[in-house]
Amino acid sequence: MNRKLIDLWVGIFVAIGIAAFLFLALKVGNMSSANFAETYVVQAKFDNIGGLKVRAPVKSAGVVVGRVADIRFDPENYQAVVALKLESRYQFPKDTFASILTSGLLGEQYVGLDVGGDDRMLAAGDVIAKTQSAVVLEKLISQFLFNKASEGAEQK
Amino acid sequence: MARGLLDLVEQLGHRLNEKFIRLGFATRFFFTLLLFSGQSFRRPFLTVREVYFSGVLSLLIISVSGLFVGLVLGLQGYETLQRYGSSEALGILVALSLTRELGPVVAALLFASRAGSSVTAEIGLMKATEQLTAMDMMAVNPIARVVAPRFWGGVISMPILAALFSAMGIFGGYLIGVVFIGVDEGAFWSQMQASVDFRLDILNGVIKSFVFGVAVALIAVFEGYDSVPTAEGVSRAITRTVVTSALAILALDFVLTSFMFRGL
Repeated sequence: MNRKLIDLWVGIFVAIGIAAFLFLALKVGNMSSANFAETYVVQAKFDNIGGLKVRAPVKSAGVVVGRVADIRFDPENYQAVVALKLESRYQFPKDTFASILTSGLLGEQYVGLDVGGDDRMLAAGDVIAKTQSAVVLEKLISQFLFNKASEGAEQK
Repeated sequence: MARGLLDLVEQLGHRLNEKFIRLGFATRFFFTLLLFSGQSFRRPFLTVREVYFSGVLSLLIISVSGLFVGLVLGLQGYETLQRYGSSEALGILVALSLTRELGPVVAALLFASRAGSSVTAEIGLMKATEQLTAMDMMAVNPIARVVAPRFWGGVISMPILAALFSAMGIFGGYLIGVVFIGVDEGAFWSQMQASVDFRLDILNGVIKSFVFGVAVALIAVFEGYDSVPTAEGVSRAITRTVVTSALAILALDFVLTSFMFRGL
């Protein structure tokens, strides 16, 4: 085995390694869709975030416009403070409505933005005033059962 | 009776002490190796040659095993997922299990038995035939000339082989899932891309394979250098390389996983 041939093979080997890594990064991972576009962070306060997790998508009209960057608990007014990292190319009015929704019946939870009509736009650091908490299935079911029970009582 | 029991406890302590002393030797050996690495990098071809022997010659077994692991994952994953009507999630299952765990771990296990054992055998035989002593006599440092290039050759090869293993496995999963079974191709890739994170999953896999590379290469060169210089001693050293590497890989994998993927 002479030196040139070994060099060639090692070169091919490293090239295969880089190709495999690029395949993993671009085709398998979200490197291609994770754009390095500029973002801005706005806060939203929820009474209950349900099962929302960091890195969950933020969607408007079904299109992903950002990600959940951070979730904190505010001990002063007992609310969850969710930091939303939105892409700078998407601007939203000041009175945008943020709600926590579920994709599918039991799918992952995401933040939905419903656009308002204000002329002024949200800037970095702003707080979204109008929010709607996650729907907790147990509460929904118990509400339904109570309603049914009270209906039954009225009929008697 | 009490005498016998005492002997038993003493034997246990003796064995444990031996293990710790060897661990200490291995650590000292590691630092000496790092110290003389600079010297061996002055002749980079020595390391390139070892990348050829441990990396390039392992290409075939790694890519074929990766492909077959992917094929089996595709079949088994589909079998289970279609019961819940979510066969499109096959891409996620194959990609996550390969990039996070199977790629680094199985590639490292194969690498330990394919390349690690041959490194141990080579160094052990050099020691048995007194080539290392001869080098020392000629003022050639055997650690810089023989050990360090083999160590770095293994460390460089391991992440490349693990990435190749994962890539081949995902290709195998694609072949079974999309080409044979007929899972929707768009859903297969897009669901995979939506849930495989570059930093969390792929980079962590690369970090894992790098750590395994250091562990396997160190165990291989140390066992070779520390072997009893007889035919039997060398064969025992090779066995120890494979067994210790496998245990080290699995233990390190558990530790790394518990740090990387806690609660995710």
